[in-house]
Amino acid sequence: MRMSAAEALVKSLQAEGTEVVFGYPGGVVLPIFDALYEAEGVRTILTRHEQGATHAADGYARVTGKPGVVIVTSGPGAANTVTGIANAYMDSVPLVVVTGQVATHVLGTDAFQETDITGITIPITKHNYLLDDPADLPDVMAEAFHIATTGRPGPVLVDIPVDIARGELTYKRPERLNLPGYKPTVKGHAKQIHQAATLIARARKPLLYVGGGVLASEGWRELKELAELMQLPVVTTLMGKGAFPEDHHLFVGMPGMHGGKFTNYAITETDLLLGVGVRFDDRVTGKLAAFATKAKVVHIDVDPAEIGKNRSVDVPIVGDARTVLAAITAELRKMNAEPRTDAWMRVIDDWRARYPFHYHPSTDTIMPEYAVERVRELTADRPTVFTTEVGQNQMWSCQYLRIREPRTWASSGGLGTMGFGLPAAIGAQLGRPDHLVIDIAGDGSIQMNSQELATAAINGLPVKVVILNNGYLGMVRQWQELFYEKRYSSSTLPQDCPDFVKLAEAYGAFGVRATRPEELDAALTAAFDHDGPAVVDVRVEREENVFPMVAPGGSIDEMLGGIPGGPVSEMLDGELLEEVWE
Amino acid sequence: MNHTLSVLVENKPGVLTRVASLFARRGFNIDSLAVGTTDDPTLSRMTIVVSAEDTPIEQITKQLHKLINVIKIQDLDPKDMIDRELVLYKINAAPERRHEIIEIANVFRAKIVDVGRNSLTIEATGTSDKLAAMEDLLRAYGIKELARTGKIALARGSRDS
Repeated sequence: MRMSAAEALVKSLQAEGTEVVFGYPGGVVLPIFDALYEAEGVRTILTRHEQGATHAADGYARVTGKPGVVIVTSGPGAANTVTGIANAYMDSVPLVVVTGQVATHVLGTDAFQETDITGITIPITKHNYLLDDPADLPDVMAEAFHIATTGRPGPVLVDIPVDIARGELTYKRPERLNLPGYKPTVKGHAKQIHQAATLIARARKPLLYVGGGVLASEGWRELKELAELMQLPVVTTLMGKGAFPEDHHLFVGMPGMHGGKFTNYAITETDLLLGVGVRFDDRVTGKLAAFATKAKVVHIDVDPAEIGKNRSVDVPIVGDARTVLAAITAELRKMNAEPRTDAWMRVIDDWRARYPFHYHPSTDTIMPEYAVERVRELTADRPTVFTTEVGQNQMWSCQYLRIREPRTWASSGGLGTMGFGLPAAIGAQLGRPDHLVIDIAGDGSIQMNSQELATAAINGLPVKVVILNNGYLGMVRQWQELFYEKRYSSSTLPQDCPDFVKLAEAYGAFGVRATRPEELDAALTAAFDHDGPAVVDVRVEREENVFPMVAPGGSIDEMLGGIPGGPVSEMLDGELLEEVWE
Repeated sequence: MNHTLSVLVENKPGVLTRVASLFARRGFNIDSLAVGTTDDPTLSRMTIVVSAEDTPIEQITKQLHKLINVIKIQDLDPKDMIDRELVLYKINAAPERRHEIIEIANVFRAKIVDVGRNSLTIEATGTSDKLAAMEDLLRAYGIKELARTGKIALARGSRDS
């Protein structure tokens, strides 16, 4: 069937099962938007900024496991997606970003709204394409979706010059892809799997260190099965949150800079660190030379380049987390291995009991930790997706929320993108219409993409934004307090500007403010029960810090703040430890 | 230590940029890079000489593998490869000194490919060592211009690169 490449693009989207496209039109992408106009089964969400579109697609992908699709115009439109693409790349989120481009006969002449977006995005995409023949469109789109969603997922960009979009082709869905250089390894090496299982069976103080790879591979059941079979304690990174239920007795928190002391102690003391879909990121490891020094390391990752990149590994296993976890469990069953972590769990439970997250409650002002706790309690029996912005709001969310289900958490990990939370919540709400979707925000971050309140309001997406409004770029201020002699350079924001309640109302959303602890529950409940988008301006204690904290470059068992304790060598209960070895 | 990477890539626009920018981004200096199509016109071979220790070279190799257009990478064993480079030297050569220069060229089995009123252009191929030795001798006469292809290499014998 003859059709334009723009129409073929829509056909490709339909063939891939795309239900939502996030985008923003402009001159050279009009043929594609024209084809979208009456596209069956594909809903186009017009955001208010291309960065918002990209983060929304990212949020959608994180909660559904399906690739997020973005379509924008050339030049500024394409350039505005860069932060969103970089964010998705760092967090291995599958996106297909289609950008309009100036016509081929003016490419390279600095034409109006021309920018070399394939050149710009080489370092932040898994792959990208500049389409130069309409006939290639079906193959290129199929490849783009395949590359974005397989192996280590990531963003793929397809740049389509306007004359190519108008050009004709005979559409046929490709039967096979021609990607000779792309063959992700799924199955782990049998010998390595046996070796990992043997180490697990023998270990006295094993620890599963789990990241986004388990969510990307949908390996959460396999993870739970392995953890429960061998009674292995589990820590999940910021990206891994939700891969293991946070109310499970084997859950030992989030490691790293603002992780739990008990979590960091467990990592420092473990004799077998089982990294699954993680990348030993600096925010987790702190000083590498002091990280898990007593441990043998098993590292499972689908991306061979991650293995041994930061930390040398004893048993490297390249493969899909889900497949490898299942294989290790099967191997342990074959060996009739039995759990032996009873005493180790008691050591950890002892730490957990002595070093919980902690803040000083107040009856006068709303403590930000208290606000997050109340959000947690008020949503305890409602299926809820949480997104966050970046900074203190994000770290308190990590510490005080309980993520119980996979794919109900979307937070910007690697890139640390302020302004991610609201558009991500919009995407998440589209992906999970039956869930309550809450963005835990700061007064700084929310202003980076607050224009997307319009997108939420107009499309009837009832996302809730809970702003922990402290009148500062809180994390910046915290660092300035701790490391820059309280010189609050460019980190103060007036709490009243903007008036977030009026801002919400200006967009037709519900706005409410809580300034005293006794007002908080009513404000949150009113927002959560409102049938449209809502903003809660929570005026919190202004100079509260996120503790505990690993100083930049410090060893993770030596944390500032929180309940005094550490390093781990001083924190061991001798008697309990002896039991570990009995 | 010098590594010679033989990289088989898809012959598509932009592949060179992807490879080169990856080296730059990950903090590696490329000493030389030569690229051309293979017997299969859909494939090109890049020969990349890079100086790095073994651990970083493993990381850059793994990162290279992640490029979708990269099909195969081999870190060639210096003891088990054939490597050649082609150099063109334009040498200051007054008529009375031409003879000496031609003699040097002959010793190194290089060819005179152009003769000017006061210059000679020599084409030489060989290993980097040989070319360095020749260049050293020619320098005495004055090298006006020099162009080199960068090293190309294949594994010895029936092994594939």
